[in-house]
Amino acid sequence: MSWNVGVWIASLLTLAIYSFLYKDNPFYKVAENIFVGVSAGYWAVVLWFDFTWPNLFEPLINRGNVISLIPIIVGLMMFAPLIPKISWLVRIPLTFTMGVAMALVVTQRIQGEIFPQLQATFLPLAGVSPGVLISNLLIIIGVIATLIYFYFSKEHKGVLGFGAKLGIWFMMIAFGASFGYTVMARISLLIGRVYFLLHNWLGII
Amino acid sequence: MKQTLPLFIVFGCGFFMIIAFFIPLGGFQDVSQTFENWYTGVIAFFVFVGILNLVRVNTERIQKRTRDWQYSIILLIFLGIMMVAGFFIGGREGRLFLYLFDNFYIPLGATMFSLLAFFVASAAFRAFRARTPEATLLLIAAVIVMIGRVPVGYWIWHGFPSLVEWVMNVPNTAAKRGILFGADLGLISMALRVLLGIERSYMGGGKE
Repeated sequence: MSWNVGVWIASLLTLAIYSFLYKDNPFYKVAENIFVGVSAGYWAVVLWFDFTWPNLFEPLINRGNVISLIPIIVGLMMFAPLIPKISWLVRIPLTFTMGVAMALVVTQRIQGEIFPQLQATFLPLAGVSPGVLISNLLIIIGVIATLIYFYFSKEHKGVLGFGAKLGIWFMMIAFGASFGYTVMARISLLIGRVYFLLHNWLGII
Repeated sequence: MKQTLPLFIVFGCGFFMIIAFFIPLGGFQDVSQTFENWYTGVIAFFVFVGILNLVRVNTERIQKRTRDWQYSIILLIFLGIMMVAGFFIGGREGRLFLYLFDNFYIPLGATMFSLLAFFVASAAFRAFRARTPEATLLLIAAVIVMIGRVPVGYWIWHGFPSLVEWVMNVPNTAAKRGILFGADLGLISMALRVLLGIERSYMGGGKE
């Protein structure tokens, strides 16, 4: 058994969280609130040191870059709703971030996702082995069928209806695969926690 | 003013960034990069507001002695300890901050997410009924992926891992790609609506 205080804390908190499997109880609630408090504190520190300090305050304080005052003031406007008279000022940081974020969405999605994914869909149908040919054909048909399913401007009848139906089948396989993948990821986390309890804490295995 | 200025900002910043993307000249790129730096800096303020709100809500709960108010004290204590450790005692690399991160944040986060394994399993038990061909496909794909990713799958049939690989790389990729195209096009059209001031709901209500 471990004599490390940190391991004991982590183990007891782990057991407190798992106690929820029986029913909601004070141990779980304590652990849950510790988690919320620690997470909020952690992210406040990380965001400050990784984003706000290097991008806004460091240029102002260490390099005398006065223009950095603009984003600092804009950021502070986030707290404007605390003063009802000037609460509308919160719209300025909101619109600034929305403007930049939306511009990044337009440019990055087109360049980073749509074009590369489209390019990856143009797969060779000749000069490849029969297995690869079938896989490539399935990918091309699957992408088109899924897109047909999301085409709502025309009633899904006839060829369009068949395409949409095929799209549903492909999506069902994808959802099933994603579900299985998620379950396995959670199970591996569970195994990790059980291993921690049995190995690091109790030293049984 | 209260409506026009924010709309001018979203339009100006947004379209400048888009134009700058297509003009690889120093001046445009510098301003664009500055906007991006400001954006990442300002975005953190949203979280700071959230934390302030968390403190306010929990302080109110303690003051009004609402149900389970005692837990709010625990939350505020740990929030305070973490922030003091991070900001005043050694910073991000400080011993206390890392100690709290390793022994509180990591195990609690991992356990919280692993807890979902039980709920997902019980949900699957209720939802996985092969009533229709579509539901059967979903069930088969999920079972193949789950069995194929554990050693027992390989033990049952050596081809299971390869089959999982194929399911993930072919039908899964095809459907995900189709969904991605649809989502991206929708996102881009929404972005243009926001930049042109057609979509304003994110600005909230209130007086003009």
